[in-house]
Amino acid sequence: MVYNVTSCLDNSAGAYPDKIAAADGQAALTYGQLLDQARRIGTALAGRLDGARGKPVFICIGRWVECLPAFFGTAASGNFYVPIDPSLPDRRLAEIYATMKPRVVVTTRRDTRPLPFPGAEILSLEELLLTPPDEPLLRRIGVEITGENPLYCIFTSGSTGVPKGVLVSHRSVLNMTEQFTEAFGLDHTAVFGNQAPFDFDVSVKDIYLTIRTGARLEILEKPLFSSPRRLIERMDERGVNTIIWSVSAMKILSALKTFETVRPSHLRRVMFSGEAMPCKVLNDWMRHLPEARFVNLYGPTEITCNCAYYPVDRAFDDSEALPIGGAFPNTQVFLLDGDRAVTGPGEPGEICVAGTCLALGYYNNPERTAAVFCQNPLQTAWPEKIYRTGDLGSWNERGELMFLGRADSQVKYMGFRIELGEIETAANAVPFVSSACCLFDADREQLCLFYQAEGQDDKGLIAALREALPRFMVPARLYWFERLPENRTGKIDRAALRRDYIEQTIRRN
Amino acid sequence: MEKLLRILEENCPGIDVLGSDRLIDDEILTSLDVVVLVGELNDAFGVSITVDDLVPENFNSVQAMYDLICRLGGK
Repeated sequence: MVYNVTSCLDNSAGAYPDKIAAADGQAALTYGQLLDQARRIGTALAGRLDGARGKPVFICIGRWVECLPAFFGTAASGNFYVPIDPSLPDRRLAEIYATMKPRVVVTTRRDTRPLPFPGAEILSLEELLLTPPDEPLLRRIGVEITGENPLYCIFTSGSTGVPKGVLVSHRSVLNMTEQFTEAFGLDHTAVFGNQAPFDFDVSVKDIYLTIRTGARLEILEKPLFSSPRRLIERMDERGVNTIIWSVSAMKILSALKTFETVRPSHLRRVMFSGEAMPCKVLNDWMRHLPEARFVNLYGPTEITCNCAYYPVDRAFDDSEALPIGGAFPNTQVFLLDGDRAVTGPGEPGEICVAGTCLALGYYNNPERTAAVFCQNPLQTAWPEKIYRTGDLGSWNERGELMFLGRADSQVKYMGFRIELGEIETAANAVPFVSSACCLFDADREQLCLFYQAEGQDDKGLIAALREALPRFMVPARLYWFERLPENRTGKIDRAALRRDYIEQTIRRN
Repeated sequence: MEKLLRILEENCPGIDVLGSDRLIDDEILTSLDVVVLVGELNDAFGVSITVDDLVPENFNSVQAMYDLICRLGGK
């Protein structure tokens, strides 16, 4: 019986000790090596944290194979990890640090950048690996880890200007691996081609499905996605047969007309999530990869990757919308209207989710947690939590869930969730900006920032935003105003800005 | 070269494209930047950049991009 994710690694390492568990362009780890390294790191971290449990440990390592022993080692120590992209701007790192205040940060000697984590002990992975594994200690910790213990915390964009840390339990991750394994027939023969960054929850599926099934994870470095031929060659060379990618990555290969020249020869399962998949892009992939099975996955970080899926089982016109399908087993998905009543077929409503997939909540943010992880209004006789996604959906005539958009100003860009308010907060913090408004141009897939200042300084503003925000949140278009247009209530007239600048530009082009 | 620099400035705002000769290798330009640039460069210079041209060596620096456009007969 598996109770936590460290047991998954124990099982797979027992079954396949010499098999490659994970590899990147430079290094590889067998299951035996991964288990040994995770035990060494777990032992070392338990010592450094004086036996504390349930504490955050930052894993500030690039998307390399070393991350895996660091993640599993943290779990083995009875604590939870926070994957941190070392390339994030200092200010962003400092915000995440202020929320979590970890005692320990794990990095590697490959990353030489000074980190803005005052007070935290910075430990190199190489140093931790020198610790001999203390098997009796790890066994004691292992039996204490329950399914409800947190496994990781992933940060997403926050509307108030500060990112939110979504805390996810072992139980939710184990549930996800069970649902995926059964629904898609995954086993040890799978070779996953990882595209998603490790601080983005799409990658959680790659990592834990690999370890759960004894499969292999091939980490595909980011620059490969700028060189499609080399990407496909790498996938073929490593036998990648399964991908779970963000829609934006699939769009890129399609936009670069990749498949007219090269095609991945082993690929049989293509799963995608992160944003709505345009059927034009899907059709391009399906036309060139007729032997592959395609699955649309839906779900935000707060419900441990996905709550609904749609195995593509019929043809769609380029202009049609792709369903997000139905709920995974052990998961309930329903739509509520403004009066918190269940909507009828074809009626729009907020997508709400109940089940084992729900995250524990936002770390150190009880107000925001209570606002969206709330009592099921359909069940008042006993406590039952649901997660309100803020996404709008409707059931089509076939009983499939359709995604209709957002109820607020959150957008999906390059697969990442972005709260436009967070960008506005960062822009408003720039000294020469007196007011700012951010809109998303969905047709051109660009973030547009409208700002009010005494003088125009696009370069200065971009430079300031790059110091505050991750790259994917820095707007591509800036519009300067001496005075931003206001509506009758004195607020920035977003509708006018969209009409006069975004829609007009599209019409002009 | 001026036209190329203008396109880069418009489409990659805030990126110091002249400050590196490892724009792709060091992830200064992302795959999404490459998608946008390919479209813009094809239109602006009347070239057809193919998948086989999409290698870091051709996009790692402004000079490399300029050389690619010249090789493809860009105007």
